[in-house]
Amino acid sequence: MALKGWRDIPIGSVIPGGGTSVEYNTGGWRSHRPKLDREKCNDCLLCWMMCPDSSIHTENAKLTSFDWDHCKGCGICAEVCPITAIDMVEEALVEE
Amino acid sequence: MKTALVPTGKLVKGIPLALDGAKIVAYAMKQMNPDVVPVYPITPQTEIVSAFSEYVANGEVDSEMINVESEHAAMSACIGASAAGARAQTATTSAGMAFMWEVLYVASGSRLPIVMHFVNRALSAPLNIHCDHSDSMGARDSGWIQLFGENVQEAYDNALQAIRIAEHPDVLLPIMHTQDGFVISHGIERAEVLPDEAVREFIGTYKPQYSLLDPKQPVTYGPVNLQDYYFEHKRQQVDGMEKALGVIPQVAEEYERLSGRHYGLLDPYRMDDAEFVIVIMGSAAGTARGVVAELRGKGIKAGLLKIRCYRPFPAKAVADALRGKKAVAVMDRAISFGAQGNPVFLDVSTVLNTYRLDTRAVDFVYGLGGRDVMPRHIHQAFQEILQVAETGETTPVVRYLGLRE
Repeated sequence: MALKGWRDIPIGSVIPGGGTSVEYNTGGWRSHRPKLDREKCNDCLLCWMMCPDSSIHTENAKLTSFDWDHCKGCGICAEVCPITAIDMVEEALVEE
Repeated sequence: MKTALVPTGKLVKGIPLALDGAKIVAYAMKQMNPDVVPVYPITPQTEIVSAFSEYVANGEVDSEMINVESEHAAMSACIGASAAGARAQTATTSAGMAFMWEVLYVASGSRLPIVMHFVNRALSAPLNIHCDHSDSMGARDSGWIQLFGENVQEAYDNALQAIRIAEHPDVLLPIMHTQDGFVISHGIERAEVLPDEAVREFIGTYKPQYSLLDPKQPVTYGPVNLQDYYFEHKRQQVDGMEKALGVIPQVAEEYERLSGRHYGLLDPYRMDDAEFVIVIMGSAAGTARGVVAELRGKGIKAGLLKIRCYRPFPAKAVADALRGKKAVAVMDRAISFGAQGNPVFLDVSTVLNTYRLDTRAVDFVYGLGGRDVMPRHIHQAFQEILQVAETGETTPVVRYLGLRE
């Protein structure tokens, strides 16, 4: 996204409109990412409730994937998982 | 007294009152009827708060007055109210504004047209409650517009003009207008106020572009700006300040049509053919004007340049006023410790340099902590600049008036 000049942005640093956080990809901040053990996971969805960036995707009340554009890698999902089905792995070691 | 109501744009009959600067500002606030007034008392501003709280208690205003726990909270509440789209006003002085420090920048950076009724008082230590300009000078880089008033009438007139300047769509900056502590805030003078109806029409209604409380048009105020956008938002503030230089005289002109009283960025006195000029702000301008008249009687071409609008600094207007003058005495009621001169002097010197004016200038520090400024002190300043003009020698550049050696 091209950065705008000072004449082309709202004054006072105001951001008009709601829900703009979706446009800001915080995924680039990540140094560790959650890795799900699908065998272990019982879909209690505690991680879905606790994720501060709504980055746990679900379908029919089942955990399906993570939102890599917005997951900051904070590790809260792994921390709250009662059966350690989520592991935090180093981003650099992840094979795309 | 009968007050004939005439639509805005025509002269209205003023109502003469005997009030001090603090009470007349409270009166102006009553007439403006701001939505939110968060305020904390501090000498010598307390009289403003107490007078205004009486209006609130008597139901004469609709204002939500918030008795906050500190000035930091007062300014923070102003910021919240203003972001919500309300008209927010407060009043403080000295240590009170020092305590507002970080949030002054939040107000200006968020472009919130908050009005602050300010009383000039020295900063501690040593503890002192009397007038000098150290407090307002400390905020000169904070992005607030600063108007300096000379007397009770100007305190009232500046209060009403301040709201129009701040809310102008080209400006949208917070504004403080000052009066000298005790000298003006507690000195009763005759002054004329406008009828309520005329004030209401003059200030109009405020239509904020963005309101935090409008669910149909949601906005974010105060987001983080990193390396990508912070710089651009600061440049916008500079633009607002520059545009204020055009808006302030426009508002003054409109106010003159209503009140019959003229205001500008500067207030010159006998400047046209003057050779020796005193540059001054605040209440001591009255004393200096008297001395100028006296010197004129003796054939000395003295003049006075009062700065009403200090931020933004009207550099071009100052250059035009000082062009061709032989010597200037710049009066500073504050010290910028460690600098090569004090705030007003530094601004005036920059003008002389930038516009390549061949006018000698020296800096006179006076009246700190409420020290009396007598005509003899102003005479001394003129005598010294007469000598500066004759010899061309400006050393020492910073001099002290009324100080015991």
